[in-house]
Amino acid sequence: MKSLNSSDKRTLLFVIVISLLAPFLLNPFPTGSGMAQFNAGYPDLMQRFAYFGILAIGFNILFGLTGYLSFGHAAFLGVGSYATVWMFKLLSYNIVPGIILAVIMAGLFSLLIGFISLRRSGIYFSILTLAFAQMSFALAYSVLTPLTNGETGLQVYNDDPQILMGENAITSPHLFGLKMQDTFTLDLGPWAFQFNVGYYVCALFLILAFYLSVRIFRSPFGLMLRAIKTNQTRLNYTGINSRPYTLAAFVISGMYAGLAGGLMASMDPLAGAERMQWTASGEIVLMTILGGAGTLIGPVLGAGFIKYFENIFSKINETVLHGWFAWMPDGLEDAVVWVLHLFTGKGWHLTLGLLFMLIVIFLPGGLMEGADRITDWWKRKRGKDVSDTSKTPAE
Amino acid sequence: MGILEVQNVNKSFGGLKALQNVNLSIEAGTIHAIIGPNGAGKSTLLNCFVGKLTPDTGTVMFDGQSLLGVKPHEINQMGVSRVFQTPEIFSDLNVFENVLIPCFAKRDGAFQMNALKSVMSEAEVRDRAEQMLVEVNMIDKRDMIASSMSRGDKRRLEMAMCMSQDPKLLLLDEPTAGMARADTNNTIDLLAEIQDRRKITMAVIEHDMHVVFSLAQQISVLAQGTVIVEDLPENIKSNPKVQEAYLGGAHE
Repeated sequence: MKSLNSSDKRTLLFVIVISLLAPFLLNPFPTGSGMAQFNAGYPDLMQRFAYFGILAIGFNILFGLTGYLSFGHAAFLGVGSYATVWMFKLLSYNIVPGIILAVIMAGLFSLLIGFISLRRSGIYFSILTLAFAQMSFALAYSVLTPLTNGETGLQVYNDDPQILMGENAITSPHLFGLKMQDTFTLDLGPWAFQFNVGYYVCALFLILAFYLSVRIFRSPFGLMLRAIKTNQTRLNYTGINSRPYTLAAFVISGMYAGLAGGLMASMDPLAGAERMQWTASGEIVLMTILGGAGTLIGPVLGAGFIKYFENIFSKINETVLHGWFAWMPDGLEDAVVWVLHLFTGKGWHLTLGLLFMLIVIFLPGGLMEGADRITDWWKRKRGKDVSDTSKTPAE
Repeated sequence: MGILEVQNVNKSFGGLKALQNVNLSIEAGTIHAIIGPNGAGKSTLLNCFVGKLTPDTGTVMFDGQSLLGVKPHEINQMGVSRVFQTPEIFSDLNVFENVLIPCFAKRDGAFQMNALKSVMSEAEVRDRAEQMLVEVNMIDKRDMIASSMSRGDKRRLEMAMCMSQDPKLLLLDEPTAGMARADTNNTIDLLAEIQDRRKITMAVIEHDMHVVFSLAQQISVLAQGTVIVEDLPENIKSNPKVQEAYLGGAHE
């Protein structure tokens, strides 16, 4: 901890507090109220926040630091998921071997893809990674069916070996007996807060992943990665071989994706090829840019933002809208609902697209730039007050 | 035997013979200027020293080792640093970080997997970088983002980055190109100062005769891809070959 400066420590503390208190913070509205549908404090969504957060943190180590835009990171996520489900099938439902294998497999896979793709930079690198990811997707979907169970997706069957399973062993993913799906509900007046084992496992990994990323950002290695982004020519003429640096960054971020994939499969023991598709890779890029590429905490926020919209906005269908605007005169109600339904429910991608455009145009640094501007404005405002008061006693 | 020995170097691009039988020897501890009209092959020659280009034939020896086929970062690790025509610095990083990078490169070599060490705890490297900034009078700018500085300061920073590696040979490609007179004079002073203090061998490619004659201890004149004269500065101006090829027959 000595090696982090005070602002990094504050950021880390912030992530820890937010992660641990998420069941409260994401559940601000009482259960029975009309606003309850905006609550995000249920296990499934909170788990998603955490593992997509890990994915985005890892992606940011590559893209945010070195500027190499990979369009194939979903492939590593998929590899991680498959590896974990295979461990469930072969050994037992304990998630530890699965997650370890997921990270190792994703690491090896990214070493291979990175070694080839990093021969080029810029758009050519992006296209190469995209091609590899699509190839992996196609393979998983068809040729590699014995390994991936193709279209159906890989899942655990009753006749799987599961050699470490005892007589009365748990039949769902668990961590040495703690079942991922177990949830403790705390009823506090009209509120119901849900504490889920799976979420807390993900959250602990998120905190660990975040801590590691802070360390990487502040290391000489991280400095070299940033140097690659700003001027690779100078770096080469400074006696640095940039290739192993970019490859190491690529593998590290691939391993993060593998971890995310492993956790994903641990929460729901199923792995499908669609997890590797290019739209999934694109989503990772969106998360990172939306939150603020190259910032520590931005990608986590971006991941949360997108997953929140995906899950909450997509639930607001026409019936819900009619409920909201029932107080309007009939014709007007229909008109308003007709306009809004384009942006909610199935149309949530439209809202996301618009928000993404707005953020990229007005806040090129993502949500983090917005946060910085607000703090600056606040400081300036307070600074003015302070200087005003300091003048008076001097006179 | 000089620190840099170039023998019979030829380089063509398609049908264009950029360098023809170039022979050059740079003595350790001197400032050697390479001058010549546009298109004489000065930059091509320099690129052959740093590994960006490989000569078609001939040899380039640095400190007894051949530089042919050696990659730029390896040549740098052997002790050759380069200053570019437009300052090549890490624009998005601050001044201090800019100098830290060559200091790390000097200590750790071309690659080091130190992802879990902290830059903050590397006191030895930080001291070295700080000292370098003091030496070039930039310590008060240590937290400035490099891209926000003036051209002259960028050049000064680039020089500091090169110097912090303690190079045996410093190559300068038109170090004062596009600079105002004041910045040019500052750069001349800086180079003279560095040379005075550290006795580093420098090879300077330059257009500006004011710079050349204030700094150089030896001058090679390149014209149409060959070295036509190599002599002391005081003899260069009066050499008829130089006047013909470079000054167009008339004294400047």
